[in-house]
Amino acid sequence: MAAVGGCLTLIVVLAVIGAIWAIWRYNNLISLRNQVSNGWKQIDVQLKRRHDLIPNLVAAVKGEMQFEQDTLEKVIAARNSAVAARGVAEAADKENALTQTLSRLFALAENYPTLKSNEQVKALMEELSSTENRIGFARQFYNDIATRYNTSQQIFPDNLIAQSFKFQPVELFELKDEAERAVPRVDLNIRSDQTKS
Amino acid sequence: MNLYDQQKRNLANTRLFIAGFVLLLALIGLGADGLLYAGGFSPGIPFATLGALGIGGLSAWWSLHGGDRAVIESTNATPLDPSDPKQRVLENVVEEVAIASGLPKPAIWVVPDSDPNAFATGTGPDRASIAVTRGLLDALNREELQGVVSHEMSHVRNYDVRLMTVVAALAGAILLLSDWSRRGLWWGGGRRRDRDGGGGGAGAIFFALWVVSIVLAPIIAQIVSLAVSRQREYLADASGAEMTRNPLALASALEKISAAVAPTPSIKQGIAHLCIEDPRGGPPDAREGFFAGLLSTHPPITKRIALLREMAYQKRP
Repeated sequence: MAAVGGCLTLIVVLAVIGAIWAIWRYNNLISLRNQVSNGWKQIDVQLKRRHDLIPNLVAAVKGEMQFEQDTLEKVIAARNSAVAARGVAEAADKENALTQTLSRLFALAENYPTLKSNEQVKALMEELSSTENRIGFARQFYNDIATRYNTSQQIFPDNLIAQSFKFQPVELFELKDEAERAVPRVDLNIRSDQTKS
Repeated sequence: MNLYDQQKRNLANTRLFIAGFVLLLALIGLGADGLLYAGGFSPGIPFATLGALGIGGLSAWWSLHGGDRAVIESTNATPLDPSDPKQRVLENVVEEVAIASGLPKPAIWVVPDSDPNAFATGTGPDRASIAVTRGLLDALNREELQGVVSHEMSHVRNYDVRLMTVVAALAGAILLLSDWSRRGLWWGGGRRRDRDGGGGGAGAIFFALWVVSIVLAPIIAQIVSLAVSRQREYLADASGAEMTRNPLALASALEKISAAVAPTPSIKQGIAHLCIEDPRGGPPDAREGFFAGLLSTHPPITKRIALLREMAYQKRP
């Protein structure tokens, strides 16, 4: 009888340890999932900031850059379609297109010395290039945290928890086409080698 | 070894350092209790030990609840003024690095000093301050500033700011207590010889050990806290570069900072260990060598730059 009782106790203890472990790993996955979704929202916040800044910048440079109406209109059009974009894939496409028209605008602005000495334009350019950096860093942070989330779903034995509670791996943010890869982060420090995209 | 392992090792080291410092404090107190007991004064509780630990705990507690303010105030730093374009750039850069590190944005301060330098203080990501000198804003370009801010942000993320604050406070408490003990010894020494209440040979050995330890404790505490500081600099360089993925920007910032050999007069000796580069100035390699190395707050800057270059797959020059 004593042996049976001992066995039972052992089983109960193991079950309790197992349950505590499962709760711990489950909570870890949930916490990572929330960080991933927070990271994703952070990208949206910065994209919104970019959308808000662009009309101001275009308005400020319009007077000086009247020979570049075409570029300015393209920026505004790209901005508007990015704002209107629905869904992750479409939004990513439109934002990439916007990044490209913006770097074209920045490159052209180099030809207008009066623009570069205009305090208001300089301030707006600084805000916009900071926003470009923030978008880049927000995506980088999202990728880092998403990688951790995916890894903890795949490693053993955590994958048992992930599978029984139907955790799904998330997609990483990546640049689709070669042209976008070639465009460096917009940076207004005067460096002639970066002005061509 | 990746960043997460390094953070884990750091936390383990932190506990080790604190445990060691607590041990030193307890040793000083215990010795005093032993002497009192041998002198026939036995209040029933080891009140010198408790007192020593209490003083250590209090100074650590105080340093965590207001030590950062005191540090900022001692440099005459002013809060960031976004209407100045250069300070607005700093604010933007801090915001960018905060996003890259996934931490809340720290408070930003500008120190009115023309020598380029920067430091971080606080207790961790939820309560952190980053201060840069005016000279840094003037000397560095945007990318280099980003490198420096990411270095300081790493001190915040790795809880270096908290560790350095606590270590400095505990080292201060040890210094104070060993000083008191030495005075007490001087003062009580004569009376002790009259009543020989000690436990013979064992008591004498214990007494000798205690005297040696109160003499050595402040030196040990100082060397340990400097060693902590140096190790943290390498780590902050590495994890700052990991945040911005741009080690070369930080390397060139360090080059510019070390080229300005003048000291940073606004930053007092007591917070030298918090800065990105030793504010006491001097040519970059003047502090090489074992003993100089043991007593400096920062590793040689040429070595830091070389390590950053290696991260970017560039050979040492």
